[in-house]
Amino acid sequence: MSSAFSWIRALPALAALSAGLMGLALLFSFFIAPEDGDQGISQRIFYIHVPIALTAYFCFGLGAWKALLLLWRGEERHDLESYVAIHQGTIFGSLTLITGAIWAKASWGVWWSWDSNQLVLFLTLFLFYCAYFMLRFSLPEGPRRARSSAVYALFGVALIPVSFLAIRLAEDFVHPTTFTRDGPQMTGTMFTAFCVSWAAVTLLAYVLYRVELVGKRLHTDLRELREALE
Amino acid sequence: MTGEEYVAAAYAIVFVFVLVYVATIAAKLVRLQRDTAELLELARRREQA
Repeated sequence: MSSAFSWIRALPALAALSAGLMGLALLFSFFIAPEDGDQGISQRIFYIHVPIALTAYFCFGLGAWKALLLLWRGEERHDLESYVAIHQGTIFGSLTLITGAIWAKASWGVWWSWDSNQLVLFLTLFLFYCAYFMLRFSLPEGPRRARSSAVYALFGVALIPVSFLAIRLAEDFVHPTTFTRDGPQMTGTMFTAFCVSWAAVTLLAYVLYRVELVGKRLHTDLRELREALE
Repeated sequence: MTGEEYVAAAYAIVFVFVLVYVATIAAKLVRLQRDTAELLELARRREQA
């Protein structure tokens, strides 16, 4: 309970920083970064789509890390942290699929391509973690549910590097490789816009993660208090 | 649809998602506040009894 309240104190500052970074990211993405010669204005979706996708991977990875901590150390709090991280991952995963489909339609004329390994693997990862909630809520609350959910979350993490590297392993017409061994394939301003957007989206996700976590812990504390009083 | 409209749609969807998320969290906070008030009332009644 005390850790929840220490985070409540830090949250407004983090939320304000996140909003400021978001504003800066929009400024860079729309007014400072130059227009792409190949794709035109639709390339600006890149500044929101890619950071959201990377954040979704990060959230799923965080969920798996917390699941590992639960199995390793047996501390109950990691169960809730893993669940909230995966919840965030599915939210950002949905946004990745939607913004990606819009970008694909704008640039290549298709909403979706089953031939693209990157798209199919991301969808598989997304659906895998959607099924996490079906497993979690089909079991009664307690240590068994926590352990089963943790094992499931850990299995899913194997899909993250595969999904991330698929773009490099396959000849893909939908997804160009922007980051190669020679560095980012874009101008300095474009790269700055991307980095600011990435920082903004990551911080936003972290703030939402902490807000949800505090809310859920308060809910649990209140339920225990009610049981003690009744 | 033009390129500008696709870009606007992508950013608008992200904005709406965040807005809905914040609204959901706000609704949960209201529920927590109501629960806290109920528990406070319960604790006071127990104190008086």
